[in-house]
Amino acid sequence: MSLGSKNRSFEDKPAIFEERKPHLLLRARIFQSIREFFITRGYLEIETPQLISAPAPETHIESISIHDRYLQTSPELCMKRLLASGFPKIFQIARCFRGGERGDLHLPEFSLLEWYRAGIDYRDLMEECETLFLFLSRRLDMGTRLRCRGVDIDLCAPWERLSVQTAFDRYASISLDQALNNNRFDQTMVEEIEPHLGIKTLTFLYDYPASLAALARLKPGCPSIAERFEIYVGGIELANGFSELNDAHEQRKRFEKELNQRALSGKTVSPMPERFLKALENMPEAAGIALGLDRLVMIFSGARTIDEVVAFVPEEV
Amino acid sequence: MYNASDLRKGLKIEIDGEPYVVTVFEFSKPGKGQSLYRCKLKNMITGVIIDPTYRSGDTFKPADLSERKMQYLYNQDDEFWFMDVENYEQSPLKEDQVGDAINYLMDNLEVDILFFGDRPIGITLPNFVDLTVTKADPWAKGDSVTGDTKPVTLETGYELRVPPFIEEGGKITVDTRTGEYVTRVKE
Repeated sequence: MSLGSKNRSFEDKPAIFEERKPHLLLRARIFQSIREFFITRGYLEIETPQLISAPAPETHIESISIHDRYLQTSPELCMKRLLASGFPKIFQIARCFRGGERGDLHLPEFSLLEWYRAGIDYRDLMEECETLFLFLSRRLDMGTRLRCRGVDIDLCAPWERLSVQTAFDRYASISLDQALNNNRFDQTMVEEIEPHLGIKTLTFLYDYPASLAALARLKPGCPSIAERFEIYVGGIELANGFSELNDAHEQRKRFEKELNQRALSGKTVSPMPERFLKALENMPEAAGIALGLDRLVMIFSGARTIDEVVAFVPEEV
Repeated sequence: MYNASDLRKGLKIEIDGEPYVVTVFEFSKPGKGQSLYRCKLKNMITGVIIDPTYRSGDTFKPADLSERKMQYLYNQDDEFWFMDVENYEQSPLKEDQVGDAINYLMDNLEVDILFFGDRPIGITLPNFVDLTVTKADPWAKGDSVTGDTKPVTLETGYELRVPPFIEEGGKITVDTRTGEYVTRVKE
């Protein structure tokens, strides 16, 4: 698995670090403020292993293996095991690794903020996201407006809430069904829909087709829809949250489907995460979210690429 | 074969039997979704630009491109003929494929001709060529102010501005990348 693209070359020019320095200072303040936010709200900061025996099976996420272990693509499974073991409010700032992802918004090694909370659903979680952003902007003395990719964005709640169905109806040249049936969902999303999201306010894009949410709970009474949402800012996907599926039987079926899909397309197939599935039997109703911290720093700092907000990019180490 | 993940700026691939060069490349991927490789590709023969989006799993044939050292022979109608310096095979380029290189093509000039398969599609000149001045106003002594230039015509018909001391019948070196005068050639 290649770790990065080959069309970048860097030298250790002091000028690069001069440019990055303000972003790195802001990055540190953002990380500190995030910890403050969660700790004062009664969340426990936890750490889970980066080397795991079975990553969450996902058709389109490539884990990097080292000997008989995998570098985590997200801390989700271990965090949910804690959730199931009597830790009802937890957060983590985790280094995660995904093979083959490199671009202006992608690094193969990056930082995710994940938090989970028992007893809430994805709608409550959306409100907590709004509160977090307003807290951060206050701590950073930034007011309530962001300037990102040439647009002014209002941070004040409530943010735009747009269902995936409505987004397709409003912005796409094909219907949601056509997109799903013809394997055009992702491309339509990237090319036709995302540029409209998170423009005046941030956007919650929510209620995804059930087939596109391997770990999310289905909407009660509406089995074709998963209670999943994404946060967009200035067209950039920032976070993915959902009401957590806690039905171990259903979860196993979905993982089998993802692993099958991978096998069919000739991709590596990792082991079934058995310990996680066992723990899921005891997991309470909960909602959780993964938020890309490098992109968050980009958005608050006005950086144009993810390269500008990290100390070193893969091509430099 | 190349995979979608091999795509990068400058890569040359074959699509529908034509050679293309990647001029713009952008990786995008919805977190849970497919990797998408959004490209702008330029047709190396027609110059037409297309902007396809590829996905992981897509594969590409490398464009079968090669360069041969050739000598310029002559032009007839709108065809410019070159001869391979090793095997003496002759191949023509059309006038629009020669482009600006026409300004520097003098008999026997050695150039690189780009082939797509057996088909000649482009020319690369040496960076510097020496050409004879065929028409120049005489140097009027006294107006040798630094920075002064005058127009001259070269043996290929190319017109450019040179310093005033350049005279008819003399040779000069021209930078083929900029089309500008470099120096006088001492014989």
